[in-house]
Amino acid sequence: MSALTALAQLRAIRDGIAQPITTVRHCHLAPHPMVFIPLRLAGEAAAPMGAMVGTDPGHPRLLVVPQPRNRDLRFAFTAELAEVVLPYIEGFGKTTETIEKKGGEPYERCLDAPQILVPNPQAVTFVGLLGRSTRFRRVDGPYPVHPSVPLLGRWLTYFADRSQHPGSSLLLTATEALGAHWATGQSGLEDANLAALLGWIDPPEGMTGPGAAEEAEDPLLWPPAGPATDPGFDNEVLGPAVRAYEEAPTERAVERVAQALRTQLEPTWRLMWRSVELLRALPEGARVKDRWDVDRGSFTRFLERVTEGGPPQARRDGAVGAAARLAGLERARASYDVQRAYDDPLVMAEYRLTGEAFAGTVTAADPEHTEGEGRSRKLRPLITVRTEDQVRLTPGATVGSPDRRGHAAEIVEVVDGEVTLKITKGMGRGRTPSPGSVPEPGERVTYTSLTDDFQSSAALPDPELTPWTHGGPPQEYVPSDEDAQEEWS
Amino acid sequence: MNGRLDELRGPVPSHPHDARAIAALAANPGCARRALLDAAGVDKDRTARHVGFPAPFGQSQFAITRGNVFEALVKENGCAELLRLLRELLGLPVSEVGYQDVENVGAHLRHSHTRALIDRAARESEETAVFYDHPLFSLEIAGHTSYLEPDVVAFQLGGRFHIVEIKSFGVIDGQAEPQKVAGAARQAAVYVLALRTLLAELGHDPERVSHDVVLVCPENFANRPTATLVDVRKQLAVLRRQLARMTRVDRLLEGIPEGLTFDLAPDRDGVPTRSAQELAEALCQVPARYAPDCLSTCDMCMFCRDEARGNGSTDLLGRQVRDELGGVSGMAEALGLAEGTLEPAEGQEEVARLLRTANLLREECLR
Repeated sequence: MSALTALAQLRAIRDGIAQPITTVRHCHLAPHPMVFIPLRLAGEAAAPMGAMVGTDPGHPRLLVVPQPRNRDLRFAFTAELAEVVLPYIEGFGKTTETIEKKGGEPYERCLDAPQILVPNPQAVTFVGLLGRSTRFRRVDGPYPVHPSVPLLGRWLTYFADRSQHPGSSLLLTATEALGAHWATGQSGLEDANLAALLGWIDPPEGMTGPGAAEEAEDPLLWPPAGPATDPGFDNEVLGPAVRAYEEAPTERAVERVAQALRTQLEPTWRLMWRSVELLRALPEGARVKDRWDVDRGSFTRFLERVTEGGPPQARRDGAVGAAARLAGLERARASYDVQRAYDDPLVMAEYRLTGEAFAGTVTAADPEHTEGEGRSRKLRPLITVRTEDQVRLTPGATVGSPDRRGHAAEIVEVVDGEVTLKITKGMGRGRTPSPGSVPEPGERVTYTSLTDDFQSSAALPDPELTPWTHGGPPQEYVPSDEDAQEEWS
Repeated sequence: MNGRLDELRGPVPSHPHDARAIAALAANPGCARRALLDAAGVDKDRTARHVGFPAPFGQSQFAITRGNVFEALVKENGCAELLRLLRELLGLPVSEVGYQDVENVGAHLRHSHTRALIDRAARESEETAVFYDHPLFSLEIAGHTSYLEPDVVAFQLGGRFHIVEIKSFGVIDGQAEPQKVAGAARQAAVYVLALRTLLAELGHDPERVSHDVVLVCPENFANRPTATLVDVRKQLAVLRRQLARMTRVDRLLEGIPEGLTFDLAPDRDGVPTRSAQELAEALCQVPARYAPDCLSTCDMCMFCRDEARGNGSTDLLGRQVRDELGGVSGMAEALGLAEGTLEPAEGQEEVARLLRTANLLREECLR
């Protein structure tokens, strides 16, 4: 949240339609993402009631659990879901590229990775819990399940974990993705309703944003996007249908439940694909590809782990694992924030407003300026930038620029809207700067103290060396029989 | 003052507050409309319905069934399962425990019966351990007595009372949804306060009621219960402050016009006779402080949101937005300052400059 976004919200209210808060798209959007809309039985943590899933807007697959309290039916549902999701995921493992790494072994990376889209953050929680409740299951022993069930469980867990990673696009939520690009005239709490959010962004013909959003709040016109269902629907439609199935578990009874759930899922299905269209219409930010490369790398590593027969993810991280994960999330957060600003002048404007960045026109340049004598003589071109922005950077601060990759400078002086900078990086190795590396007078430039420099990973001990203050070396996680037979009522 | 409050409510009995409603009192302490409606015991749900803005709250029969099944399981056989949990959790040396179902007496006697039982327990030797099922507590709210029915059991051992709160949301690998835990803690705090008040009235030390409540939830994906201690000191403090504040409604009453009433005046069939328009006008006489959070806690939320929309208040968008706008409360005002069509008032120069810059930046980037 920034003053710019707040202002955009006010404009949204005045104009009756959502306002853009970015100029480019900051998330990757796959050519064929998989949309997954799960519904949960009310009052239960992770009892699936039904789902709509698929990669073709015209052909959703509807999965139904006619009696969600029946564990066999639930596992049948998971197996059926696996039939749809696993081939999609595994399809991406077939084509890989070899990545040469400086000073390291070359490794393989999948050319593309799967992308799953769900309506909202609650659906991500559900994905994680469904993964948690299925990944420890076994194909033999008591309560055996189909082999695809624990496998799907591990994938769902992976996707839910990965979605915590700022900038990752493997599992996206429609409300968050849309909310990152548009400001509506309603509060964040109301934006969590996908239909209302889309009402503001893309109202139907002849309707205003607020009108469409208000209509979207009526669960009879726009059923909730899940995983929670509308209580009225539960009591009046779903409840009787489930009871009818209990009394006579016939095909017809199953069809009745399926029909009921279809009415709840279909509107959201359409909204999901509408969201995809809206997001796709935005030009992609320059660094989105870099982040997707990281996603592909992460996906490939997990695929390898699964193929090699590694154990399912532990119930909890060990101390070192948890600290490493947290440090990784923090680095990703910092990097994502910087990358968005570099890719998008409107995001950069937030930093210009706080004085951490400025934009202006170059008024003077001394490209061949040097510092030092003899062997320590260094090329340090000087430029002067005239800006209207309130600069809150002090002499000596290091700044980067979105205009040139690998370019860095140091603030020399700030006087009355004139900033003098000394360029320190990105001019090449010659005695004179390589062409185009020093901004010329008249050029419009942006500088900021935000830099996405390489950050080394946190120095953490090996798990075997976990100090006693953190519980000592953790026992290696071996899934137990108890895990596999855990009750699932 | 009570007379004035009764007048506000009209000739219907005061709407009783359950623990959930009392816990929600602390949700938006700055809202005069809510404070007054609650103090007068007005049925907010019916009021909101009548003015055409029913609250979007409902509960699914699946969730209710699940809750009841789980509660029954925990309380089965004289709370046998609960005893097992508490032995582990509190390290109790007891193997047996007494069980008193307060509901055995008639409904009208439940409160006095609870009182008598608790009094006896507090006097008796410290060695006994007893569960009290279906107790009925009372709590004074702005001059009116509300009765509280914990689905919950007060448990006494070694002279200490514990409130046990049974909830059916799952605790998975030691973690539960934070909002649900917070809700349960707020509700349990009401029971702690009620029981402490009761002990104090009976002349016992109120501190004998532990501020650690026992939260019983299903573990992982099964129905097997697990128990956790939750410290509710913070919730208690908020609740106390809010209740104390409600007794000072006289100050709120000062500002409202003579003769104002939220009376629904039902006819013989219970249908309110007053026009919705008239009632809405009466409600508007008392200022509300709408915030988006109200949408999840208050029965009046839809009405107040509509009103805030009409007023063009930045409250509609939430606290954070208002803060970003430098505390400017009117939308038109904030936009006017940003676009330079409005001269900043004294003391607003700084905010105006910020909004103006923000607006210029947006225009520059979206050109």
